Amino acid sequence: MLQGIMSTHTNAKRIEGLDHNIWVALTGLAADPSVVNLGQGFPDLPPPSYITAALAKAVSVDRMNQYTRSFGHPALVNALSQVYGKVCERPIDPLKEVLVTVGGYGSLFCTMQALVEEGDEVIIIEPYFDCYIPMVKMAGATPVLISLKLVIDGCGLTSADWVLDPEELASKFTSRTKAIIINTPNNPTGKIFTRDELQMISDLCIKHDALCFSDEVYEWLTYKGHQHIKIATLPGMWERTITIGSAGKTFSVTGWKLGWSIGPEHLVKHLQTVMQNTIYTCSTPLQEAVAQGLVRDYERLGQPDCYFSSLAAELEDKRDRMAAILREAGMNPILPEGGYFIIVDVTPLNVDLSHMPDEAYDLKFVKWMIKEKKLAAIPVTAFCGEASRSRFEKYIRLCFIKRDETLDAAEDIIRNWKN
Amino acid sequence: MEGTICMPSRYGRPIIMSRQMHARRLEGIDKNIWVEFTQLAADYQAVNLGQGFPDFAPPKFLQEAFCKAVSGGGLMHQYTRAFGHPSLVTILAQLFGRLVGHEIQPLEDVLVTIGAYQALFCTFQALVDEGDEVIIIEPFFDCYQPMVKMAGGKQVYMPLRPRGGSNLSSGDWVLCAEELASKFTAKTKAIVINTPNNPTGKVYKTEELQVIADLCIKHDVVCISDEVYEWLTYDGAKHVKIASLAGMWERTVTIGSAGKTFSATGLKVGWAIGPSRLIKHLKTVHQNSIYHCPTAAQVAVAEGFQTEYDRLGHPESYFQQLPTLFTHKRNKLAACLEIAGLRPTLPEGGYFMIADISSVSFDSDDSISQDEPLDYRFVKWLIKKKGLAAIPVSAFYSPEHGKEVQNYVRFCFTKEDSTLNAAEDIMKKWASEK
Repeated sequence: MLQGIMSTHTNAKRIEGLDHNIWVALTGLAADPSVVNLGQGFPDLPPPSYITAALAKAVSVDRMNQYTRSFGHPALVNALSQVYGKVCERPIDPLKEVLVTVGGYGSLFCTMQALVEEGDEVIIIEPYFDCYIPMVKMAGATPVLISLKLVIDGCGLTSADWVLDPEELASKFTSRTKAIIINTPNNPTGKIFTRDELQMISDLCIKHDALCFSDEVYEWLTYKGHQHIKIATLPGMWERTITIGSAGKTFSVTGWKLGWSIGPEHLVKHLQTVMQNTIYTCSTPLQEAVAQGLVRDYERLGQPDCYFSSLAAELEDKRDRMAAILREAGMNPILPEGGYFIIVDVTPLNVDLSHMPDEAYDLKFVKWMIKEKKLAAIPVTAFCGEASRSRFEKYIRLCFIKRDETLDAAEDIIRNWKN
Repeated sequence: MEGTICMPSRYGRPIIMSRQMHARRLEGIDKNIWVEFTQLAADYQAVNLGQGFPDFAPPKFLQEAFCKAVSGGGLMHQYTRAFGHPSLVTILAQLFGRLVGHEIQPLEDVLVTIGAYQALFCTFQALVDEGDEVIIIEPFFDCYQPMVKMAGGKQVYMPLRPRGGSNLSSGDWVLCAEELASKFTAKTKAIVINTPNNPTGKVYKTEELQVIADLCIKHDVVCISDEVYEWLTYDGAKHVKIASLAGMWERTVTIGSAGKTFSATGLKVGWAIGPSRLIKHLKTVHQNSIYHCPTAAQVAVAEGFQTEYDRLGHPESYFQQLPTLFTHKRNKLAACLEIAGLRPTLPEGGYFMIADISSVSFDSDDSISQDEPLDYRFVKWLIKKKGLAAIPVSAFYSPEHGKEVQNYVRFCFTKEDSTLNAAEDIMKKWASEK
């Protein structure tokens, strides 16, 4: 019997330094059932009953338990083509211009692996959904950051007050810029990019022949007076944009992990190549159920009983309630135009954390708050680079797509803060 | 792949995209035989013995577990633990710990993935760097080659060959020990084995795995062991886990599949099990690519495994009943292939059998290109003229060696009796026409 020598297997270089993940640490802390969890972004509300019923039905059909089409179950890609064809006002080829993936996350990954490589730069707007950075790095490229900046300082703030400086943005585009990633409605700020802002981005993409990866997972969650605009519908942009959506966010089923990428064939075909060499197919019954959900809501698009509208209406009340709770405690929340997060400056609470080891203030605050107040949130510096830490470390992010009981419990904690 | 694209634009001026947009890692991995052959089978409405999936129902206990999970309410439809739902990693650790003879830590040593396919992807991405050599035993499940390529690795092929010219059983397909030893170099990072094997059906014996293990230990190489068909062994053949051999737990990533275990390929739940020292790197890939797997399916699979764990080795166990059922189907298909003059290699395990088509004459017409390998031409003829779909085995070989092995075709026998009867009718009719 040969004695084993000490194995020296090291990891591949592509994942060097990408092992750390804030969620793993924070979800661990928030897992304590006595903690009111407004941290990780998932609903504790039930999904609409017709969607879970569709899944139960699909699971009981024999054929639905076997492999389906690699790039997306026919019923699902057809439904997506229908819904987005109407929204974008252009025909979308279900077989060539749509790819179904494992969540919006999986779409981001397929997009990066397909279109981004060593030598490329990818512009990312801070604060950003945290996975963009490691995905760009894993693809061998260099992230180039630009911050949203608060234009007005004071009360009555909304996410619309966080803007990009046009000259600064233009300066970030170089001959190596492969793509810019935008996320609208934005996580964590809730900002909805206006047509003018999207036009500014488009002009730069066209000028520099760059791609646009548009993460629109919260596209249906827009509040009164605000409209979600798809950058792919702007002139010259369809040909160079991958638009990403999510069943999880659309139907409040984050645990289904189905998403999609929509775009021109000459880009989507490369995402399909990645898919066929990584996952191959997504779950059949889940895709069948989402297809049925989309068909049901397609028929009601624009009407109050369409889930996309009814959920937004329900969430607007929760948003307003959350904002009121925070204001009553003396804080100035940034009222989001969309999405299901709200960020707030915690400075008025005056919590002295100098006794804690040196880390960004918001990270210390969240850890302290989970432990001492039994309330979980996410530090906004999780969504920005080191260089911008001082700009964002006074903010925490709270998720409000929660049952009334959860919000009641949060209100109790915040109301009794001084005790 | 094209560079400059000039797009007609509905806004008047043409859109010019003058640079190559796709990443170089996609070079040479865009083709896929399944797309071509499943399309062909569908176009001709062929009796489909091609792609490997059962056309019968999964076991009731699994469907019930899934339905129960779906109606579970609460957080059943929201994110679960990224590296695997707690009840699933717990039962996997328990069951496989018992089989491997090594305690498995559910949170450290197990990663749940979107099917075994994603487990393979995570493994290659995590452990294979530019220039690393990866030994692939051929014929191989076709995805290993593009996955190694995408990870920047160099594929080194090692063929199984029918010993002494006999190929009556998959057990006759063997590795030459000296030849295998010669494939290991200072650059070898990993070797991929698949047992029971797709497409041959070979079930590697302990002695054969020991030869591989000795080389892995000698050269400090990682073993990637694809064991998706582990519950499907016939005629008393025993599935042996290479990770259970001395010195192998610490260097082996073992991959499994709920889809193949429970005859529900559409579930897409798989796993990678190994020492945390290796699995932690797969987790890094996973958290930066997919992050979470669907919750309800994991809950269902966990319950399915708990049910089977409690009756392991007993006659009511699905893991006993399924191989018994498949043995009959295997024998039935082998018999009807023989009727038509094909010479099947009887598989010791798995979903597939390969058959030698050398003795068969067929008249491929102009619609089938004469430049293609013999097995490709035969399969296309079989689909178009006889309405029966199979897969050419040279698709499971490296481009270099595929040319030498053109006389085998792969059939999937894990099908409803009505499907196998239809195949039998086709073969009988063909035989009577000769």
